[in-house]
Amino acid sequence: MASTVVTHTPAVLNYLEEKGRHAGILSWVLSTDHKRIGLLYMYTMFAFFGVGVLMGLILRLELLTPGPTIPGFTANMYNAVFTLHGVIMIFLFVIPGLPAIFGNFCMPIMIGARDVAFPRLNLLSWYCFIVGAGIAVLALFTGQGFPDTGWTFYVPYSLRTGTNVTLGMLGAFIIGWSSILTGLNFLVTIHRMRAPGMGWFQMPLFVWALYATAWIQVIATPVVGITLALVMLERAIDVGIFNPALGGDPILFQHMFWIYSHPAVYIMILPAMGAISEIIPTFAGRTIFGYKAIALSSLSIASVGYLVWAHHMFTTPMSLAALFVFSLLTFFVAIPSGVKVFNWVATLYKGSIDLRSPLLFALSFIFLFSIGGLTGLANGALGPNLHIHDTYFIVGHFHYVMFGGTGFGLFAALHYWFPKMYGRMYNERLAWYYWALMFVGFNMLYFSMLILGMEGNPRRYYDYLPRFQTWHVVSTVGSWILVAGLLMMAYNFIRSARRGAPAPANPWGGVTLEWTVPSPPPVENFHEIPRWEGSAYHGFEKLQRRRSEAQ
Amino acid sequence: MVLLGITAAMLFFVWRYRLKRNPLASNIEGNAMMEIVWTALPTALVMVMFWYGWAGYQSSRSVPPDAMPVKVTARMWSWMFEYANGKVHHELFVPLDKPVKLILASQDVNHSLYIPAVRIKQDCIPGRESYLWFRPTKLETYDIQCAEFCGTEHSNMLSKVRVVSASDFETWYNTIEPVDENSGERLVQIYGCLSCHTTDGGKKVGPSFKGIYGERQTVLVRRREMNIDVDDEYLLESMREPNAKIVKGYPPNQMPSQEGILSDEQMTAIVKYIQELK
Ligand code: HEC
Ligand code: HEM
Ligand SMILES: [Cu+2]
Ligand SMILES: [Cu+2]
Repeated sequence: MASTVVTHTPAVLNYLEEKGRHAGILSWVLSTDHKRIGLLYMYTMFAFFGVGVLMGLILRLELLTPGPTIPGFTANMYNAVFTLHGVIMIFLFVIPGLPAIFGNFCMPIMIGARDVAFPRLNLLSWYCFIVGAGIAVLALFTGQGFPDTGWTFYVPYSLRTGTNVTLGMLGAFIIGWSSILTGLNFLVTIHRMRAPGMGWFQMPLFVWALYATAWIQVIATPVVGITLALVMLERAIDVGIFNPALGGDPILFQHMFWIYSHPAVYIMILPAMGAISEIIPTFAGRTIFGYKAIALSSLSIASVGYLVWAHHMFTTPMSLAALFVFSLLTFFVAIPSGVKVFNWVATLYKGSIDLRSPLLFALSFIFLFSIGGLTGLANGALGPNLHIHDTYFIVGHFHYVMFGGTGFGLFAALHYWFPKMYGRMYNERLAWYYWALMFVGFNMLYFSMLILGMEGNPRRYYDYLPRFQTWHVVSTVGSWILVAGLLMMAYNFIRSARRGAPAPANPWGGVTLEWTVPSPPPVENFHEIPRWEGSAYHGFEKLQRRRSEAQ
Repeated sequence: MVLLGITAAMLFFVWRYRLKRNPLASNIEGNAMMEIVWTALPTALVMVMFWYGWAGYQSSRSVPPDAMPVKVTARMWSWMFEYANGKVHHELFVPLDKPVKLILASQDVNHSLYIPAVRIKQDCIPGRESYLWFRPTKLETYDIQCAEFCGTEHSNMLSKVRVVSASDFETWYNTIEPVDENSGERLVQIYGCLSCHTTDGGKKVGPSFKGIYGERQTVLVRRREMNIDVDDEYLLESMREPNAKIVKGYPPNQMPSQEGILSDEQMTAIVKYIQELK
């Protein structure tokens, strides 16, 4: 594909070469460059993701047969492992997610800025993340071991168990700061630092998604912070807010927890949707269909998303009125997601589609996310919820959303922006092979869970009734295939970061600002702050004109 | 259906408008009509889904007036069913075709009573009461599982619904076993002791009942080790105030106090049963 290379003053070093004031590892961990911070997040998050996947593999292996499967692996260990798996995947992988990596790396460039508004605060966010994660690791190896409560920390069990709940919660609490600070930083950056001429409706859609996400991070995260703090207090000095034995209310905990944790699922998914909205136009070689609809749907998801939390609690004693409203709103919040999907598919219409790995992952995102969304509707309907709540159906559903959605979205973004990050290409053919493995393995692993849930297998079960075994076996085999694909992907990127063929500034024919700077970008991105004119994706018109002239 | 449509459209477009075949893309910025259609249609669709869900749920909340009430107590990690006449059992016996109302409570942490065969569940929250009802329509045995995570033996917190004919139920219901010195074996089953204790020497969350009577044992009293003899008095105290003396190597705060749950006669019967388990 033809690329438009904007040449820069060659004297400027790119961000990977430029050392700054420090040398070696310090030039990374003390760097305030948004691109380096993006990579710091990426390395640490993928390290945790690896551990999380390993935990998932252990869970699946244990479930291969009913009764104990792995010698020496007890129910208590299983409970700690699924908690660790959930905590890692949620707090250390999907919540920081795309904003921490690609938001940091790309967003300032995409709006034509030299960095985020508060670069030092940005580095502090990473430190909060690392310190929080470190404390969680400490919880693993001290006292009576990692919490065994599930990542939801429901009281009163979390008040009674002897495991390291307080330490684990303290870790999550501090990681929350990282999320809030990143959100604040992005809000200010997007408000104040857009290139001259770039109005709100001329921003790339990924930036819109980050903007909506940042509001949720800033508004919702404190709620979970308070909730966790109260549980820690309750454990330490019996304040009696949640503990029924002291007159507290365990349901209150669930409300407070989900007031954050439901919006948090939009912290996870919105940025991935934003990345998909960048990738599809680029590989269809045309502007996005329904720009405003997509941008506004991000905002409406972010706002209605605050009002549906109690759909996680339909089986607790609740008034009929509450049930009615929360179920109804849950259905409403599905509509903007549907609108996005329709607009993406319509963007393919009359494009000239170059099916490369980023698009392949993006289309898989649409497929898997749609399954996640539709199974979500089944959960949101009160009648079916009564049956499938807290079963493997839910486990299947949220893996489709968080892994099939956010995970595959993140992989799509990685294939898309990797050449920009490292100035090198990866092996495209290999990408197709591991895509196939991952796609097949994924569906074996999680579709089986949907079936298991409908058959009535509850979640968080170390052991299960023998009649469920068939689908557990399919699921476990699927996990092996999926992980084989993940390993191949890791190999592809690790190898290509150092030895891949040099990438041009614009390998895919993208039209947003990050493709106008060299790959990898120079230290402060722009020699001269660009002026922006026209709509976000007007660049495709020029591209098409050039192509038709060439014919 | 929707999924198939989306996937088919996606695949078709990718094939039809591939780079080779359609090198010149058309820049369609959007279409207000389309946006309205694909907002309105799904809205209508999900409202229908919502309504069906709501209607189905509502009927599951309106208990028929002739339903038979059964009190359910959930606790780590067993179920107890208590009938109007005081009969207590660890499995739920119900007569065919008669609606049953389950009144749910928990003694310790959150649990959730789940009967997959009738597709219902409801949480048991300590300090709150909740309910559930169903009508057994087949002479069958259904599984009961716990659906809310509650600790170590969560996946073994199982029981059964036994649907029996009306006359069988009548006989079962009206036989109330007397509490005498031989009822220990039955009591440890019904009162959920066996989810933490075994009778064959095996170790679970708590120590086995087998062969402890009359032995010397190391216990922790406020974290200080002490040696005691296992006798009637010690066993009774273990049930009334489990945290007073913790058997070494076992966790505190697990064993629920039986004060107010088991009567004195029942406790004595259990002590006798443990004594006999050599
Ligand atoms: C949730 C798990 C659990 C349940 C249910 C439970 N126990 Fe226990 N029990 C324990 C644990 C753990 C210990 C050891 C720690 C201690 O001494 O408190 C224990 C200790 C005991 C002891 C002392 C044993 C010894 O070796 O000294 C007796 C007696 C006992 N339980 C009786 C009962 C009876 C009777 C029931 C049923 C009414 C019951 N337990 C139900 C967990 C349980
Ligand atoms: C190879 C990859 C993975 C495997 C094999 C796997 C497997 C599992 C299994 C078997 C469970 C259920 C445990 C149970 O209920 O008993 C589970 C729970 C969970 N998984 Fe995964 N998973 C994987 C990846 C992911 C990813 C990428 C995410 C998030 C992005 C994720 C998030 C979670 C969460 C939040 C839970 C719930 C934990 C809890 O119940 O507290 N998993 N996973
Ligand atoms: Cu939710
Ligand atoms: Cu349970």
